[in-house]
Amino acid sequence: MSGFRILVGCKRVIDYAVKVRVKPDKTGVVTEGVKHSMNPFDEIAVEEAVRMKEKKLASEIIAVSCGPQQCQETLRTALAMGVDRAIHVITEPKEYESMQPIHVSKILSKIATEEKADLVIVGKQAIDDDCNQTGQMTASLLDWPQATFASKIEKSNGDLSVMREIDGGLETIKVKVPAVLTSDLRLNEPRYATLPNIMKAKKKPLVTKKPSDYGVDITPRQEIVSVEDPPVRQAGQKVESVEELVTKLKEAGLV
Amino acid sequence: MSNPKLRSQVINLYKTLLYLGKEYPKGYTYFRDRCKTAFMKNKDKTDEEEIKMLIARGKFVEKELEALYMLRKYRTLKKRYYE
Repeated sequence: MSGFRILVGCKRVIDYAVKVRVKPDKTGVVTEGVKHSMNPFDEIAVEEAVRMKEKKLASEIIAVSCGPQQCQETLRTALAMGVDRAIHVITEPKEYESMQPIHVSKILSKIATEEKADLVIVGKQAIDDDCNQTGQMTASLLDWPQATFASKIEKSNGDLSVMREIDGGLETIKVKVPAVLTSDLRLNEPRYATLPNIMKAKKKPLVTKKPSDYGVDITPRQEIVSVEDPPVRQAGQKVESVEELVTKLKEAGLV
Repeated sequence: MSNPKLRSQVINLYKTLLYLGKEYPKGYTYFRDRCKTAFMKNKDKTDEEEIKMLIARGKFVEKELEALYMLRKYRTLKKRYYE
């Protein structure tokens, strides 16, 4: 099918293997000097788009990332995986801290309209804020059907049949394109961005835009009151005998 | 090593492995040291067939590392979000 465009969102997040530390002033987490990478769920979204292109179901893939300058590295990874071109919506690091899914989805929906995308695929959620809102909000702003938590996507005469992960099982739904999909963990196994492909990706087009180019106002709607570590699990105790255990349990009022 | 084609293949392999090693769970230095030792051990090999075999082994390690990273990521996410 010719002229079928896929738009994928790629968020730059703190790498999944990094131990996240909260800033002492409780305003957020430490991001300076911490390894970042593409959100794993977005990687799955990119992979699905690339596979659709390889099956000749799509003609062009465009990756979008919103955030500071370093987001371009994330976009390079996407380009190395097989995306055709990338759009970087640059924001100041300060502004980015207060950016919410609503802002990102407004930008995504504007880009989707402008680039005449037929399908938007994003990760179901980012592993840093765990919002799980961007895909849904984008669908609603565009007034397109949505298929969230996709674990299998098939194309059948113009429509998409999507298997979704729901509580306690799977659900298969049919959506008409244009549509917004969000990827779940079991959708596919993302390929590795190899060194030669990263090098080649440097030649692929990447344009930088500003949120104002899309008429999106990114003033914060929320205020972060406090960011805190989860409570630490308390250490256990060893008991010598059953009697002691029973006494302790009685003391604690558990039996 | 005399054959320039093989030489560049070996250098490419080394570069790719080092690139992959940056994500190694035990740290980059650990990986780099071992990778270097493995390459240095075979530096005097001259037989082309043997070198080709060693390159193939290196390529295999490359694939294994990619698979290792993928699995590690998948397992972490599964543990975090699905259990």
